[in-house]
Amino acid sequence: MDEKFAALGEAMPRLLDGVLITLELTVLGALAAFAIAVVLGLAAAHPSKAARIPARIIIEFFRGTSLVVQLFFLFYVLPLLGVDLSPVLVGIIGLGLNYGAYGAEVVRGSINSVPTGQWEATTALSLGPVQRMYRVIFPQAWALMIPSLSNLLIHLMKGTAIVSFITIADLTYHLDQLKRVTDTVFAYGLVGLLSYFIIALVLTFLMDRLEGRAKRKLGQGIKLTKVLSPTPGTGELAGERR
Amino acid sequence: MISIHTGIDWSWDSTWEVLPELLTAFLKITLVVTVLSTIIAAVLGLAIAMTIRMAPKPISVAVKWIANFIRMTPIVVQLLFAYYAFLSLDGVTIGVIIFGIHYSTYMSEVYRAGIDSVPKGQWEATTALSMSTGRTWMAVIIPQAVRATVPALGNYAVSMFKDTPFLLVIGVVELVNAGLIFGGNTYRYVEPLTLIGIIFLLASYPTSLLIGRLEKRLAFNT
Repeated sequence: MDEKFAALGEAMPRLLDGVLITLELTVLGALAAFAIAVVLGLAAAHPSKAARIPARIIIEFFRGTSLVVQLFFLFYVLPLLGVDLSPVLVGIIGLGLNYGAYGAEVVRGSINSVPTGQWEATTALSLGPVQRMYRVIFPQAWALMIPSLSNLLIHLMKGTAIVSFITIADLTYHLDQLKRVTDTVFAYGLVGLLSYFIIALVLTFLMDRLEGRAKRKLGQGIKLTKVLSPTPGTGELAGERR
Repeated sequence: MISIHTGIDWSWDSTWEVLPELLTAFLKITLVVTVLSTIIAAVLGLAIAMTIRMAPKPISVAVKWIANFIRMTPIVVQLLFAYYAFLSLDGVTIGVIIFGIHYSTYMSEVYRAGIDSVPKGQWEATTALSMSTGRTWMAVIIPQAVRATVPALGNYAVSMFKDTPFLLVIGVVELVNAGLIFGGNTYRYVEPLTLIGIIFLLASYPTSLLIGRLEKRLAFNT
């Protein structure tokens, strides 16, 4: 066992490089996916057919064809069209498009489940469409969609493990290298699965914090000031003033 | 001399050459793995959900964390781990087992929600009728709990179907790998990859629509 840990220590700098690549793909892929999800989700929730139908087609297309197919298509076919992207960029775009389409369904569903009264209130206050979405509807939908987006984020992180097949040296690639000098159970089982599990736990923790924050902004959930204040009354006041 | 290369020259010869290979891989590997793994996931998922609910606390907590661990780690790494750890088993068998186990952790959550949604009165009624534990589950709880989980099971079967290309990491010649092998031999990637996309779309979209309908029907009847 000692020599395995020695090999692990030796491989550590490269493994950490791999972790960084995995995190880079996860974070940038998630940001791309979120941008795509919001645009497609808003279009799919829009009352006019001109916005809804194209959005639906794009969503169903990217949900229906597998992530792996999309990645390989971007990797092998785009260069033929004269578009040469770095493999990491291909990975980010592929992850972004696939999980963006899944996320769009979440965004659409959350926007549609904001109570009707809220929509009517914006009409009563004669808010414009942008203000209505930005100030009233989206903040409430945002709190609703975070748990599902959190699940998708974990899916996306797990999906990054395939990118070593489009020549990216991510964590899984370096695990394969580690396997050569140690053994399978140690490299994939102990080091690999545990590393990914820790990444997933950290991501889940961060998303939970984000959900708590979104709820506090809406006046739901526990206010931090209330928890920290010595007397509940002043805490409530401090919370309101914020 | 500057020439702009748009190298998409679709070759119908290649198309007809690769299509039978793709369909064979699709029917023999992709579909078989999807169906068998779905069965394992459905049965094992229920077993996990029941264990978490009924077993003594230490066991149920342990099972819960193992399920979380499997759910939150990439199926690619799980496949590689199992493939090299059990070299006597072939890739397809490993695939069926790992996909089945991986998705059973998702299914267990669906069953848990289903079991929780059975009204408390039903449990009390089984006690009042002094039913055995086995009969309580088989005759009262499971029939009510499983009903609502059918659409979710279908949805997970579809997402498992779309995840089967991950099998290429352990060298299984499923749909995508068959296309890549053809591409490697002929330097033609456009035709196989486009066809693969179309096959995935044609298989998964109608299935999703059917599941959506089933969901609505089951929701109305309850």
